[in-house]
Amino acid sequence: MEEFVQHLINGISLGSIYGLVAIGYTMVYGILKLINFAHGDVYMMSTFFGFYFARWLGFAYAPSVIGALIVLFLAMAACALLGFTIERFAYRPLRKMPRLNLLITAIGVSLLLENGGQILFGADPKFFPELIARAELLHIGNISISNFQVIVIVVSLSFMALLQYIIFHTKTGKAMQAVSFHHENASLMGIDIDRIISFTFVLGSALAAAAGILVGLAYPRIDPLMGVLFGLKAFVAAVLGGIGSVPGAIVGALIMGLSEEMVVGYFSSTYRDALAFFLLIIILLVKPTGLFGKTTSEKV
Amino acid sequence: MTKQILTFLVISSLLFLGNFIIPSVMNPYLFMILIYCGINIIMGVSLNIINGITGQFSIGHAGFMAVGGYVSAAMSFYFLMPLLSLFPSDNTVLSLLCQNVLFVFSLLLGGVGAALFGYLVGLPSLHLRGDYLGIVTLGFGEIIRVIILNLDFIGGARGFTGIPAWSTFFWIYFFAVAVVMVSFRLLRSSHGRALLSIREDEIAAESIGIPITRYKVKAFVLSSFFAGIAGGLFAHFIGYLNPSSFTFIKSFEAIIIVVLGGMGSISGAIVAAVITTILPEALRPLQEFTKTDFRMVIYPLLLLTLMLTRPEGLFGNKELSDIISPFLKRKKSS
Repeated sequence: MEEFVQHLINGISLGSIYGLVAIGYTMVYGILKLINFAHGDVYMMSTFFGFYFARWLGFAYAPSVIGALIVLFLAMAACALLGFTIERFAYRPLRKMPRLNLLITAIGVSLLLENGGQILFGADPKFFPELIARAELLHIGNISISNFQVIVIVVSLSFMALLQYIIFHTKTGKAMQAVSFHHENASLMGIDIDRIISFTFVLGSALAAAAGILVGLAYPRIDPLMGVLFGLKAFVAAVLGGIGSVPGAIVGALIMGLSEEMVVGYFSSTYRDALAFFLLIIILLVKPTGLFGKTTSEKV
Repeated sequence: MTKQILTFLVISSLLFLGNFIIPSVMNPYLFMILIYCGINIIMGVSLNIINGITGQFSIGHAGFMAVGGYVSAAMSFYFLMPLLSLFPSDNTVLSLLCQNVLFVFSLLLGGVGAALFGYLVGLPSLHLRGDYLGIVTLGFGEIIRVIILNLDFIGGARGFTGIPAWSTFFWIYFFAVAVVMVSFRLLRSSHGRALLSIREDEIAAESIGIPITRYKVKAFVLSSFFAGIAGGLFAHFIGYLNPSSFTFIKSFEAIIIVVLGGMGSISGAIVAAVITTILPEALRPLQEFTKTDFRMVIYPLLLLTLMLTRPEGLFGNKELSDIISPFLKRKKSS
């Protein structure tokens, strides 16, 4: 039982990080119908941005909450800029083209970031500095909750709440919903589509950056290829919840994080990566639109 | 029909001659690139059947290549090699013939294994449309890889060593020519027209009485059969298989070939397969010049540039013959 609770806590903590990345996938898919394969690499870049910012600013050597927050916001800003650049120069010129071309471009950007990262940062793994001193908050029996797990859950939940507010209670958010519903109609209503799509990428990339910093804190080993599988799993989480739906992405990510922890805990860690895809196939065969997705019928 | 068979025989006999000449005149490095070109042609052209001609979006091609490679490698390693060792191995024509017959048998078995997998994957998932199909095939590809990773009798994560190196220039290009000719024949048949109609508009195709799922599954099975053959050829060329060679990056490479060449263009896929194989190698001198491996950055950059400047691919929807024939006609009239 204690073991189960421990896995439950670890799973929720992992799941909330997946959630932050999955939101980026689901928002971009909702608005452009594009699987943004580069998103996982934006997340990877954020851990490296965080790594270097922390070193240059000296926070790596003196752990403090303020320092961690500054690094978090700097990395988010840098990644937002990166996401904006990717959309502006790689995706926008191709928007009218067949979707497969857009997808190849996304793969191209992803490869560019991975391989460029290997040259810039070196291919060998690095260790993310301890921005906040690791401490054990709670210790009941065999269950232990570290402050990192709490930070991860609190930070991701607050960002998700903020996102929910932006999407449903601001004008830009309403415009985003309109654009994802129908591009031309939205532009007839006087919405600047280019600006909204840029904003979506900025928002998604900033959230991925937050996830990157949280991962750096909780699992310090970072390398330029860490975004590949993580991104893919976050994407699967988004599909699981119904791609295009933000609450779906969060629920999907929690299911993903929990089931992954359970498989590692009770079964075998080698099947950890297969599980994600197994879940994916089950859900797609049973309910292809995901848990929260809307069914749309195709018309001639 | 007889004309095609004749062409095939002529090409095969030329390849057979080439099999003796090329390895002796070419240096081993260039020969290796040539072999990889052949394997990539099989991968690209076979994926073109499903992605280009049928217009279905599959990102799991590496999975089928892995199945084919492992099935045929296991067959050769556990059954055919012991069988062959019963005969005297004296490099006579007879023993070479035996070896090659067994090799083709093992390749075909690998192909059938992959096709069977293709059927199992395709049957439930080809009901899905567009991106969802892509995601499912991606998932299946990764699952296949993880399963192989956990099977100990074929090496698991250590990789499968000791596969006999039976692949030759002849067999690789024999199957490359076979997949190209099958694709062309398919494209010009009523089956091919049905597939094209599915690509153009699924609903319209269905409304004129084409059973779209059945046709999609057929295309999928054919495509995975050839991917399996490519896997078998690859396994028997390197003599070593590792699950990490069949990640989704490998599937992307195949998709890049199809899109680069132009969706649905068979000659485009061939040219693109050659380009994508040679390009990273051609950039190698640059690496010696700059001391850092910039190749892997230049490759995606070129890909991006091509997508941005020529989104329809090198050949668009055309074949090489469509581009050349106007010139030939002009010559005749003048």
